[in-house]
Amino acid sequence: MMLFQVRGGVKLSYRKELSSESAIVRMPVPKRLLIPLQQHVGSPAEPVVEVGQWVGKGQLIGRGGRGISANVHASTSGTVAAIEDRVAPHPSGLTQLTVVIEADGEDRWAELPTPITADFPLPATPRELNDRVAAAGIVGLGGAAFPSAVKLDMRYKYSIDTLVINGAECEPYITCDDRLMREAANEIVDGVRIMAYALAVEHIIIAIEGNKPKALKAMREAAKADRSIQVVTVPTRFPMGSAQHLLMAVTGRETPADKRTAEVGAVVHNVATARAVSSAVRRGEPLISRVVTVSGFGVREPANVEVRLGTPVEDLLAFCGGLHPVPTLLINGGPMMGAPLPSVHAPVVKGSSGVLALTASEINDGPQSPCIRCGQCVTACPAGLVPVEMAQLIKRGDLQGAKAIGSQDCISCGSCSYICPSHIPLAHYFSFANGTLNALDRDARRQDRIRALIQARNERAAREAEVKKAVAAARKAAKAAAKAAASEAPVAEADLLEETT
Amino acid sequence: MSTLANRAGPFTHTANSVTRTMVWVMVALAPATVYGLWLFGWPAVMLFAITLGSSLAAEAAMLTLLGQPVRARLWDGSALLTGWLLAMSLPPWAPWWIGVLGSVFAIVLAKHVFGGLGQNMFNPAMVARVVLLISFPVQMTLWATPAPAGSAATPSFNQALAYISGHTPVPEHMSAATALGTLKTELSRGVPVAQTSKNLAAPQHMAVGNESGSMGETSAVLLLAGGLLLLGLRIISWHIPLAMLGTLAALAAAAHALDPARFASMPIHLLSGAAVLGAFFIATDYVTSPVSRTGQLLFGAGIGALTWVIRSLGSYPEGLAFAVVLMNALVPLIDRGFRPRVFGRSRRGKSLDIKAEPRIKL
Repeated sequence: MMLFQVRGGVKLSYRKELSSESAIVRMPVPKRLLIPLQQHVGSPAEPVVEVGQWVGKGQLIGRGGRGISANVHASTSGTVAAIEDRVAPHPSGLTQLTVVIEADGEDRWAELPTPITADFPLPATPRELNDRVAAAGIVGLGGAAFPSAVKLDMRYKYSIDTLVINGAECEPYITCDDRLMREAANEIVDGVRIMAYALAVEHIIIAIEGNKPKALKAMREAAKADRSIQVVTVPTRFPMGSAQHLLMAVTGRETPADKRTAEVGAVVHNVATARAVSSAVRRGEPLISRVVTVSGFGVREPANVEVRLGTPVEDLLAFCGGLHPVPTLLINGGPMMGAPLPSVHAPVVKGSSGVLALTASEINDGPQSPCIRCGQCVTACPAGLVPVEMAQLIKRGDLQGAKAIGSQDCISCGSCSYICPSHIPLAHYFSFANGTLNALDRDARRQDRIRALIQARNERAAREAEVKKAVAAARKAAKAAAKAAASEAPVAEADLLEETT
Repeated sequence: MSTLANRAGPFTHTANSVTRTMVWVMVALAPATVYGLWLFGWPAVMLFAITLGSSLAAEAAMLTLLGQPVRARLWDGSALLTGWLLAMSLPPWAPWWIGVLGSVFAIVLAKHVFGGLGQNMFNPAMVARVVLLISFPVQMTLWATPAPAGSAATPSFNQALAYISGHTPVPEHMSAATALGTLKTELSRGVPVAQTSKNLAAPQHMAVGNESGSMGETSAVLLLAGGLLLLGLRIISWHIPLAMLGTLAALAAAAHALDPARFASMPIHLLSGAAVLGAFFIATDYVTSPVSRTGQLLFGAGIGALTWVIRSLGSYPEGLAFAVVLMNALVPLIDRGFRPRVFGRSRRGKSLDIKAEPRIKL
């Protein structure tokens, strides 16, 4: 298949060999699970269980909130020990409402929806399948954690003809999708076919970076089940796994800025998401576990671990032999777009593709030196921005200037920071600028609202004053008139009052 | 590592660094430099050492004066490279103070006055060369005849000391005009270019570089090899060199075809003078060239065109330094005008308009 040129990107040192040959191992259920009610993009789920209540494995514990949201389920059977604010896997270190479950060790399933085991075409409507995916709490497992059912619903808003399955796995270290494709290719392909059926698309493209030949082979083999599936090798170039860029590479369709890929007729889902969809439909199982790559020079035994959601990171690290006694930085996700973990007490959530313990030599955070305008950030930027110029403007405090040349089109991939020979944290500048701009924006909107309210109040006051004046004048005139001709009635006053109410 | 944890990613970084880049540029320059030093003997070696030494001294003095970290910045390779490129563009037997003054102009005036590394608008080595050429036209146009080390003509260490110190003037028989210089002088005497060209070295000899000229500019072949190394290492991209040499070649070929008596042929333009050195090592200076690829094409083409114009129509036989400095002045404008197109947006910055209607309606 012909591929299309995607601008920018960088070649990275991947270090995937640390874990790529370790088969997925299942971690035993820990004693205590910490399940945050917000593990997805959108509004948090509302708790539907009470402290002290026994819950079965797979039982709904948080119902998706208003708008874009997702359900949350118990990852094992046990007792709800608490529903309280706990540290979340977010660099801010802020807490989130979390359901704490004391496992009873039985790992007993709650009552699950009836499995749909029939072959294609499925005896279910697309709407029913969507509902099943939504009920199972499935979100994008590539890291973005966008509720999958919302994406499958796109066909009611846009004309969708293509489903792209993202097996690029472009982040260094992370090998969970690679292993999953090698070990569960049939399940993935089944999930892909279910999603394609739900979306009613003609084209299915499974895109995998060339550095995963074994995954490519396994997926090609499994994809023989459906002739509308194409398995495509895409160049190993970060950030190939960005949905917009992957879509561009395999279809040549460019997603308009600030829009979804659905705008150009395609939906992009991750391979692990496809497998979760298959589990939800074929076995009725909600999303209660995921494969996480535990890696980095700081980890004793790098591995790909199937982990129950809510497992504390400290337990996961202990399962992987613990950490080497060297100073390390713990990252949730990949080293390019992941974020530092605020604490080892934070749990593994739906979007955690990796837990990395990185040492100083891997991070290579050299001292910053002056920009030499080499332009490598410009060449590397997959969004077509000029990082060097934006950073200069932001440094000077000219955030509006940076915005004018596109700072808000930055996809935070970090390619510019990675490639900068002067170690300038460019992506950090843009996060800062865009955060500040958003805050200013909110502030400006608030000011506008206040201004509008004040104006409305002033206008109302002016109107009332005018009316009062008119009424007074009318009364005066009436009095004068009454004086002149005592029999005449003041009609004007009543009319005016009616108008103002 | 608390600072890392408070920062947005990425948490991995290329092994590349400013110093690594500078070192590779010097490695790429080395073959042509060694050839130049061999070709012009001891005086060239002395001038080279003096220029590099004084560049480092000027850099150290400025860093100290400006309160910048001396140890970290002095050895980042930038000052050394500036001095090196300046030396490459000097007449090989010029007196010592040419090298010293040039270094001071380059490092102090062209670099630190503008704010130091990365802040200068103009290529420091070329600013120095232009200032020297205008201020000291005699010393800056006295070219030595090739006197390779080991040959009978090569000056001894002591003779070299005498030349470089300015104690003894360079003897008449040891100096010769450059190819471009000869053409210009002869043309002003009424001798057509076509006729003078016949007495010049053949293009293949010019490419090797056994002729008079600046210390490091004569061997087009070795400079090209260094340039290809930089291209291969992706330290430079092809855009500036190709645009520059392409434009120069096209203009030279066209003009020569129209009036061979008046305009020198394309090989002379490409192989003599500083064309190849400039294309790969000077015009590609990161700091003073545009950051976008399209901008780089325009910048390179501008240098190529101006070089040809100054050489062919101006009063100086060589115009590369002027061309580079003139185009440097346009870089901020080029950078503003030639930003890449943002993903998902039109060139004018509007979000792409491809709204498809839903096929399935409820």
